[in-house]
Amino acid sequence: MTVVLARENGISPEQEADAARIANAPLTIRGLTVSYGDKPAVFSVDMTVEAGKMTAIVGPNGAGKSTMLKAALGIVPALSGRVNVFGAALETQRGRIAYVPQRASVDWDFPTRVIDVVMMGLYRELGLLKRITGAHRAAARTCLERVGMADFATRQIGQLSGGQQQRVFLARALAQGADLYVLDEPFAGVDAATEKAIISVLKQLREEGKTVVVVHHDLATVADYFDNVFLINTRKIAEGPVQTAFTAETLQAAYGGRLATAQVDQLGAAAALHTSQVGAT
Amino acid sequence: MMGEEFVPLSLTPLLIGICAAVACALPGNFLLLRRQALIGDAISHVVLPGIVVAFLFTGLIAAWPMMLGAAAAALVAVVLIELIRRLGRIEPGAAMGVVFTTMFAGGVLLLEQTDTSSVHLDVEHALYGNLESLIWLDAVGWQSLLDVDALRHLPPELPRMAFTLVGVLLFIGVFWRPLMISTFDESFARTLGVRTTMLGLALVVVSAIAAVAAFDAVGSIIVIAMFICPPAAARMMTNRLEGQVLWSVAFAIVSAIFGYVLAGYGPLWVGAADAVSAAGMIATVSGVLLAIAAVFGPCRHRAGSPAGV
Repeated sequence: MTVVLARENGISPEQEADAARIANAPLTIRGLTVSYGDKPAVFSVDMTVEAGKMTAIVGPNGAGKSTMLKAALGIVPALSGRVNVFGAALETQRGRIAYVPQRASVDWDFPTRVIDVVMMGLYRELGLLKRITGAHRAAARTCLERVGMADFATRQIGQLSGGQQQRVFLARALAQGADLYVLDEPFAGVDAATEKAIISVLKQLREEGKTVVVVHHDLATVADYFDNVFLINTRKIAEGPVQTAFTAETLQAAYGGRLATAQVDQLGAAAALHTSQVGAT
Repeated sequence: MMGEEFVPLSLTPLLIGICAAVACALPGNFLLLRRQALIGDAISHVVLPGIVVAFLFTGLIAAWPMMLGAAAAALVAVVLIELIRRLGRIEPGAAMGVVFTTMFAGGVLLLEQTDTSSVHLDVEHALYGNLESLIWLDAVGWQSLLDVDALRHLPPELPRMAFTLVGVLLFIGVFWRPLMISTFDESFARTLGVRTTMLGLALVVVSAIAAVAAFDAVGSIIVIAMFICPPAAARMMTNRLEGQVLWSVAFAIVSAIFGYVLAGYGPLWVGAADAVSAAGMIATVSGVLLAIAAVFGPCRHRAGSPAGV
């Protein structure tokens, strides 16, 4: 019945399926504006995160990458905008989101051990007073094993290297058993081994059908790591598959004069640049 | 000191001191980790003008008007701190410093201009409290603990402080997990659905209640010391929050007992004639414990310190 009506309206079933996919997308942001003081940090941004894909959020420093996600997840207040998570209000979907903040945003001198941090990921399951059982501890240990940190379970978190701390944060997110993983600069200041470990866990998540969104600052690895890219500089610049959205034009638009064409070439965007030129002529 | 006079003269001040110390040290752990440790200091200063104004209105030193006055003053202070922080674009610590010193000074001026000679309300009392005078005259010995008549005449500060301590324990016990998570990682806590702003406010309110109740019983010196010294010393004894909180309770109790005993008997041991202020001595002992923990504590090295130091 719906299909017939849609046809009468001149909407194809494909378009309708598309609309349904967008409506139930892991994360849809519409008209999001966030401001610190008088200056907008994020201005009227729309974003649709595709399910089962890895999406990079890319843009220059201070472009509002982290701020956009923090506002979308209700961590900082937004001036305006609408956010849906899996087609429903954010508050009803808290249990399906795992958020990994920037490593530098917490005090690593905090008196707690690695395993205790991972257990924080079980909070929605444990609530205020539910007893921690062996099963909970085992689950936390499994998450530590997945990021290669099982041997550090009883270390104080301040004794870890930056890369190890980042892995612990990822393990905490795994413990949440979410469907949407949002990571803020997980590769900032970590060693190569950690970067490899993290990206392999994220790819595993994608294979399990989970959705991953990452604020990313290393343009050189965008094409390697991600399916989709979202370019932002206060306003949205481009959004879509890496091949079409991560081009010389969009990068130039996002970074302005700060990124020379020569650099763009080096970034593996050369192919994309070539295609777009061919398309233009 | 364990003689006949212990129960009537020393038991109640000791218990009140212990309850006050623990009630302040418990929330102090979280305030310290949130870098808000000065809140206890601020509250205990800020309540002075509230208490004086309450006295001016009612003309008596009774618990309820004083508590209400103190609460009102604390509210005024919170609003002022927010105003100064927003309008003056001053960092929260400085805004707090400005407000609490100003309000305390105002309280001292009020106190000087008010005829409080008839009652026990003066600057010294505000600072040191009157722990030694909270005696239990109806007690004749340990058997009085079972004597309903005598128990009815316990100094009212003891049940009030004990009640406050139970409230603080309940709050921290029930909200332990969200308190720990939001203290460590507020952004993450918010994504879990924890109302971090409300929880932070609740922590400050609970601290304020503990501070006001303790201020009434033992003066602001103990409040300031107990919010900071036992938790700070405890942090150097362990790398787990559970351990830190337990150590802080232990340090608070040891400070209260040693401080009280040293204040009462210490001067006699060294040949001086008079006892010194118990509140002052309790605060001093907690400071000494902090110093000892800073030198000998097993977990005193921070992540930032060079390896091998």
